[in-house]
Amino acid sequence: MSAVTAHVDEHAQDDHGHHHHKETFVTKYIFSQDHKMIAKQYLILGVLVMGFIGIAMSLLMRMQLAWPGESFLVFDTFLGKWAPDGIMDADVYLALVTMHGTIMVFFVLTAGLSGTFSNLLIPLQIGARDMASGFLNMVSFWLFFVATIIMISSLFVEAGPAAAGWTIYPPLSALPMAQPGSGLGMTLWLSSMAIFIASSLLGSLNYIVTVINLRTKGMSMTRLPLTIWAFFVTAIIGVISFPVLLSAALMLIMDRSFGTSFFLSDIFIQGEVLHYQGGSPVLYEHLFWFLGHPEVYIVLLPALGITSEVMSTNARKPIFGYRAMVASILAIAFLSTIVWGHHMFISGMNPFLGSVFTFTTLLIAIPSAVKAFNYITTLWKGNLQLNPAMLFSIGLVSTFITGGLTGIILGDSTLDINVHDTYFVVAHFHLVMGISALYGLFAGVYHWFPIMFEGRMLNKNLGYVHFWVTAICAYGVFFPMHFVGMAGVPRRYYQNTAFPMFDELTDVQVLMTVFAIIAGAAQLVFVANFIYSMFYGKKGSQNPWKSNTLEWTASQKHIHGNWPGAIPEVHRWAYDYSKVDENGEYIIPGQDFVPQNIPLQTDEEELNH
Amino acid sequence: MTTFLILAVLVLVAIAIWQMTKIFELSQLKTDKTEVATDKDNKYNGYMLFAFLIFIYAITIFSFAKYGKFLLPEAASAHGAEVDYLMLVSMIIIFIVQTLTQALLYYFGYKYRGEKGKKALFYADNDRLEFIWTIIPVIVLAGLILWGLYTWTNIMDVNDDDDPLIVELYAQQFNWKARYGGSDNVLGGANVRMIDIDRANVMGLDEADSYASDDVIVNELHLPVGRKVNFKMRSQDVLHSAYMPHFRAQMNCVPGMTTEFSFTPIYTTEEMRQKPDVVDKVKRTNIIRAEKSASGGEILDPWEFDYILLCNKICGTSHYNMQMKIIVETEEEYNEWMKGQQTFQETMAMSAE
Repeated sequence: MSAVTAHVDEHAQDDHGHHHHKETFVTKYIFSQDHKMIAKQYLILGVLVMGFIGIAMSLLMRMQLAWPGESFLVFDTFLGKWAPDGIMDADVYLALVTMHGTIMVFFVLTAGLSGTFSNLLIPLQIGARDMASGFLNMVSFWLFFVATIIMISSLFVEAGPAAAGWTIYPPLSALPMAQPGSGLGMTLWLSSMAIFIASSLLGSLNYIVTVINLRTKGMSMTRLPLTIWAFFVTAIIGVISFPVLLSAALMLIMDRSFGTSFFLSDIFIQGEVLHYQGGSPVLYEHLFWFLGHPEVYIVLLPALGITSEVMSTNARKPIFGYRAMVASILAIAFLSTIVWGHHMFISGMNPFLGSVFTFTTLLIAIPSAVKAFNYITTLWKGNLQLNPAMLFSIGLVSTFITGGLTGIILGDSTLDINVHDTYFVVAHFHLVMGISALYGLFAGVYHWFPIMFEGRMLNKNLGYVHFWVTAICAYGVFFPMHFVGMAGVPRRYYQNTAFPMFDELTDVQVLMTVFAIIAGAAQLVFVANFIYSMFYGKKGSQNPWKSNTLEWTASQKHIHGNWPGAIPEVHRWAYDYSKVDENGEYIIPGQDFVPQNIPLQTDEEELNH
Repeated sequence: MTTFLILAVLVLVAIAIWQMTKIFELSQLKTDKTEVATDKDNKYNGYMLFAFLIFIYAITIFSFAKYGKFLLPEAASAHGAEVDYLMLVSMIIIFIVQTLTQALLYYFGYKYRGEKGKKALFYADNDRLEFIWTIIPVIVLAGLILWGLYTWTNIMDVNDDDDPLIVELYAQQFNWKARYGGSDNVLGGANVRMIDIDRANVMGLDEADSYASDDVIVNELHLPVGRKVNFKMRSQDVLHSAYMPHFRAQMNCVPGMTTEFSFTPIYTTEEMRQKPDVVDKVKRTNIIRAEKSASGGEILDPWEFDYILLCNKICGTSHYNMQMKIIVETEEEYNEWMKGQQTFQETMAMSAE
């Protein structure tokens, strides 16, 4: 069966390679079916546009936390009627919390990160002319576009956007009388997410099929670069878990609009008893976190994949423990689907269930630890080329460790009791999934910018400034935040002035906010560099980082089908960096890398591990 | 003024970034205009990696020195000490791992910075190494898991041994109420459908239930020291979470179901106020409050330490100010206080008049 499929595919690919369509502006730049263009569309909409909005929102929140009740011109400008006299309103603070979370987790780090790099790299690194279905790929992006438009438009609704937290727990999210954001704003949020899920599923299915079916000759699964392994497994987790969120969203829509009681029971609000009976908010929590937790890895695994590739290339060394890395990805993916209950230790679910989830959660620390140690060993005795992408990769490992370690506390049900929903949690997940995933994203952009923009490269000096300012500020914001959490400050508080026991923490808040604002400014350096280099960036060589993977053998000028001639055949794994023969000489004299398409040399032993 | 300050900071940051770029550019030879890292870039960034390691250690030490005292004071519940001890041990393990791994990561980044002509070591695999760093986390985590689960099971075992005081915590947007079982220590039946605001039955108690008639509803939680308290949590509208940080206690309040938590307070409010770290904290806080009042803001009263119950699950506009004072006192004081409270029956009778 598979042989037949492979045969058909080869034909399809060859057809693609040979005849050229006449491209119009619309088919080339807008409704493009070319994976490279779709990747750029995701990057610009998902990362640059949505990332800008999401980060800007966090800065507004940080200012409110540092200087509660203070009047600011920026509040007045951006929040308008929700910041009378420039003083932020309590409802809009919750709206900002919600939209910041939604935008960063789903739009930037799921669609933006996976959408950009899965689309760009899967065909190029496995040696395919395009995705399995270019059309579905295009549909996937445009559904994402629609979801984005709906989500953004919800910001302009009379009563404000959704404000129940990014987890939108009912009843708060289900009852318009519970808070203003649960009216039209929440309806738009749910519609947007339903479309987003459809987009994500189409994308993921496409990635899976492409990786399984369209690998070039010689590209066995054990020769795949770790980037592809990460994207492949991420897509599988997405396909397993996103439909569950869709079902939760649909049931919530029904509870809101058609009077069903899936998640609601025994409610008395604003002077009247509602008819809902027999539903349970805890059920919603289970459904949400069945996606919500794997989502963390949907965000993180692509970043780890990118890091593996970038780190190995720039260390001029094979990634340490390739098979262990693949096994860790698979183990993390499997475990990620059975740990969701650690978000619910004190939700009222049976404590025995809490015990089970503590057990599975702490297990996930093991493959994570293996990955961290393997990265560190990859650096050992390397010849590290400290390009901006490499620095971001090292930064990722650092924040992944710092943020991951506190997971040992949060995953332990006993300890979670007292830090649950405090700033300790906020600090933990921002480091381990927020900052780490963003670092992975930046590493990817710096590394593969020449692939996206026909050989143009990002300015490295601006890249260094971007990295160092961001790295210092990220720790500056999130390290002290652990202490705020351990002092007992709950998250999602508009201000902490109602509790004298938190008065002395104001100084910490100011410090974190100053770091956050500087970090925000540093991202503008990146945006400027990006836009400038897109048009005027210096053109590098065909393979500027001296990398082994196939994307660097493709045509630098974008053509449909990626390789002008035949698709390259693969003869080795992707990590033959600094490989030497018995005499200690490089396999190819004078060159410390052997690209995947180079056949084994005489007397060369294939060492893929 | 603050707006101006922020603008000034932003401008200065922009200038700093511009200058840093200049420095980076000047540090490179004019002839070399590649966007790929050169030996010089490797050298400077290698040093930076080492400096960054120092920065991480510095910010850790700084945070502990400056913010360590902000952490919650000694636990005021019987199980709290166990939680804190497990927390301490976990923290020590975390800090050992953090210190070592960050050191290796950044030191390698500095030590093996690239140079032209240097040969990296082709080192792709080592089963023994990988076995070691798989098995060590397995052992350490197994210990933590078993210890954690043992403690968790003890804490979450809400039973009626030792004659516990039964208290219902009742959440609504945006305040808390507490209900005591009265002289029989049994809570009467209740449901939101029986709420009758006009007749002051605000918690929906079953007026026909004889257990309910002696129930006592209050807005300030009083607990006798040394006696186990079994909390039953209810919410009438959205999710809330009853968070009592000083007792290391938290449980969500879920509409449609009753959740439970149990602990034994071991220090009265008075005793807690005498603890040195609490005395210090109050002193520090009152200096801040006095300064704020003096600087022309609103007048803030001096603070006296009290246990507090906070809402810790996003619940709407005033989520940030949904709180109830908790007073732990001696058995006699508690009984005295309880005597002064109205029973549900009395309240209903009064509202009927």
